[in-house]
Amino acid sequence: MKNPPRLVEVRQKVLKQNDLVARELRQSFQQAGIYVVSLVSSPGSGKTAFLEKTLSLARQKFRTAALVGDLATDNDAVRLARSQVPVKQIITGTVCHLEAEMVRTALDGWTPPDLELLFIENVGNLVCPSSYDLGEDLRLVLMSVTEGEDKPLKYPTIFNTADIAIITKTDLSAAVEFDSQAAHRNIQSVRPGMEILHVSAKTGEGMDQLQAWLESRIESAAVAQ
Amino acid sequence: MHELSIALSIIEVAEEQSELHGNARVAVVHLKLGPLSGVVKQALLSAYDLAREGTALQECQLQIEEIPIIVNCPTCGDKRSVVSIQQMCCSVCATPTAEVISGRELEVTAMEFCQ
Repeated sequence: MKNPPRLVEVRQKVLKQNDLVARELRQSFQQAGIYVVSLVSSPGSGKTAFLEKTLSLARQKFRTAALVGDLATDNDAVRLARSQVPVKQIITGTVCHLEAEMVRTALDGWTPPDLELLFIENVGNLVCPSSYDLGEDLRLVLMSVTEGEDKPLKYPTIFNTADIAIITKTDLSAAVEFDSQAAHRNIQSVRPGMEILHVSAKTGEGMDQLQAWLESRIESAAVAQ
Repeated sequence: MHELSIALSIIEVAEEQSELHGNARVAVVHLKLGPLSGVVKQALLSAYDLAREGTALQECQLQIEEIPIIVNCPTCGDKRSVVSIQQMCCSVCATPTAEVISGRELEVTAMEFCQ
């Protein structure tokens, strides 16, 4: 007679390897005094324009650098280099998200000296990046006014794992009849209590506020250490 | 679509465990999956079917237990389910809360080995 299968308890996180690398990254960032901010959004939400503006503001106060994930091109890195901070491209090939190991490999031998603030731009995707910890201190989720107010309801997980929602391209709000209240309601519905900022990288509206918000987070992290 | 890389990781976990148990053949892998893990059950099952081909786990079943989102409701002062993933508020008193207790699981919990 065939023996019944033997059941063994395992309890192992599937992404244990990624979580492990992310934890090591977080530790080494903390030791080196580097604050890390990641950006997630759908393709075409204005992430690169936003980052370009953010980098040029941030570099006035912090030694700043950026890693940018892209499927195939180095267009983003070329654009971001205009902000005059060190930028490195991570070309992910067919992989639709960044993983902690990709960040570690990209930083190996590249990390600029005395770095204080590192931005990591994830691949434009609102689904897959939500599962992967990159060792960041903060995760910003961007949605543009042109995408529609119900984006958070369609992609609740990414909004749930982020620390702040940034509504971008506000210069186009009137043209697309963006309903700001509905957008706020939807964000609060999937992630109660989430902070929300409105920015336009084009006109600069809201960028100073964002910068002040970032600075306060960086300062309180430094105090906590 | 990152379910394929998740499926490959599951196979890795299972192969490791099989090795720890004298290379026993794995009949079933049990997985806990929460909606906030960012992984979709149906997509994961399809990806798993592809990923297991040509491996030692070719005939191994993936059994997924879906875990509901449970939050700590500050008003009820108790663990509660939520209305939905789009509406993260207490299903009893409707207080919004971001204090998630479970629902992020993506974890191999048990394995069944052939004897």
